Amino acid sequence: MNLDRERISRFMNKDVVVGYIFALPFIIGFLGIMLIPMFMSLYYSFTNLTLGRISYNWVGLANYSRMWNDARFWNSMRVTFRFVFLSVPVRMVFGLLVAYALTRKYRGVHGYRATYYLPTLIGGSIAVALVWGQMFQRGGVVYNLFEMMGLNGIHWFGSPTLALVPLILMNVWQFGAAMIIFAAGIKDIPETYLEAAAIDGANKFQIFFQIILPCLTPIILYNLVMQTIAAFMTFTQAFIITGGGPAEGTNFIALYIYNHAFSWRNMGYASAMSWVLLVVVAVITGIILKTSKRWTFYTNE
Amino acid sequence: MKKQSLTVIFYHVLVIAFGFVMVYPVLWMISGSLKTNVEIVSGALTLIPRYWVWENFTTGWRGFAGVTFGTFFRNSFIIAVFSTVGITLSSSLIAYSFARMRFRGRTLLFTIMLSTMMIPGQVIMIPQFLIFHRLGLVNTFVPLIGPSFFGGAFFIFLIMQFMVSIPKELDEAGICDGCNKYSIFVRIIFPLLKPALITTAIIQFYWAWDNFMGPLIYLNSPRLFTVSLALRLFADTASITNYGAMFAMSTLSLMPVFIMFLFFNKHLVEGINTSGIKG
Repeated sequence: MNLDRERISRFMNKDVVVGYIFALPFIIGFLGIMLIPMFMSLYYSFTNLTLGRISYNWVGLANYSRMWNDARFWNSMRVTFRFVFLSVPVRMVFGLLVAYALTRKYRGVHGYRATYYLPTLIGGSIAVALVWGQMFQRGGVVYNLFEMMGLNGIHWFGSPTLALVPLILMNVWQFGAAMIIFAAGIKDIPETYLEAAAIDGANKFQIFFQIILPCLTPIILYNLVMQTIAAFMTFTQAFIITGGGPAEGTNFIALYIYNHAFSWRNMGYASAMSWVLLVVVAVITGIILKTSKRWTFYTNE
Repeated sequence: MKKQSLTVIFYHVLVIAFGFVMVYPVLWMISGSLKTNVEIVSGALTLIPRYWVWENFTTGWRGFAGVTFGTFFRNSFIIAVFSTVGITLSSSLIAYSFARMRFRGRTLLFTIMLSTMMIPGQVIMIPQFLIFHRLGLVNTFVPLIGPSFFGGAFFIFLIMQFMVSIPKELDEAGICDGCNKYSIFVRIIFPLLKPALITTAIIQFYWAWDNFMGPLIYLNSPRLFTVSLALRLFADTASITNYGAMFAMSTLSLMPVFIMFLFFNKHLVEGINTSGIKG
């Protein structure tokens, strides 16, 4: 009896047993709320599943061919791409430049960094989205500001192309997280690199472009990937501020999928679109990673 | 010398001016919470209200359909607190497994975990909803709290990074004192994780507090609405929008975030640095 208990406790104390027991929440969660749902959604994408109706049928590739002919789908892809490729690079450039400026050895830089981070902290909230919408409204703060500069009657939400601008600006405005990561990266660059460059007579621009920037490329890569993925998923801002309009000018793919799934109850079609989105994001991430070998630089190489 | 101090002044002026532009929308919202509707709609750039309308807060607090913002705040708190507890506990358990145990399948599990960070939520949103729908859990807090008990990749990674810095000698000392690998976690590792756990808790609380899409999908009855869902109703109602009240409640809704920002700034920055959270 005693021997048994000892054997059990020895077994329970093995790395493999302890490891799996502690990893169990992750394993269950991964299977239950990630993997199985993913396969379910793949299956649903071949059906005409409708929310609120019990029965549904296998429709083969019908959802996918419907997508091919769906002008609204193509439009939403187009505006999403435009949004992603305009906002992500600008946001990162801002983050980088501000990080550089706020790692100078001046007094108060910590306080400044905190201030610049504030918009990022609250930028995803509904509260800020409501305010943003109000500011860019006809007769709103930004509208008036432009009028003061002599640019009369820019109605931001009046044209499909212009309506993207407030949303892009809002995304760029939240460069704080990128800034903090870049600032940490800049401070990690060995002082000797910078001193050596200074001795060689490099000016500030040369130091920035030839030393600081190359050292930051791994961080830039990581940020680029994560922010691109996040930007493709942009939903709340469009949902609250523009509702996808005008004339679907801001009907981002995430919003379009949401509407098909939950407003029009076309779960099957929405599933198909979300899989196409997944593939698109995966391909773009793949391209970024593939080309990254040419422009990232690791100090230990 | 003179030239240099001029550069310093120029630097500070520039940084402060740009910083002002950055926080202006926030200041404008706060001042809007005290302005009249007319003044807000007129798009005046001033930050000092012409008439101070404190009633914005009382009218806003009344809420919608007989449900006050007291209820909305309570709902947000319940969801944020429970999901924070869930994710902090589960992520530290999982991190212990990955950081301290050596076993077959560990690398595979770890790789899977990292890759889950890149899966867009939209793909699993629909089937997840259908599962909760079938279980009869739509219009409850369960779908919003439950998943957090299975750990979050970001936080597992963050806690692991921290755990690696805890010397292994402590574990060994524990074994000498008669601990097994479970009590080592409970008595030695977990208490030492405090800084990482605080960072995790702050970020998760803030995410859960800000979450909009989840409540939007899962909650239908106003009695269960969170603050973010309720705020949207200001813009949604067919009647004339009460902007003052909307801004007043918006300002209030950001209070927990502001307070956390003031007190836990360091932890937040640390968290962002370790994992690049919140791109």
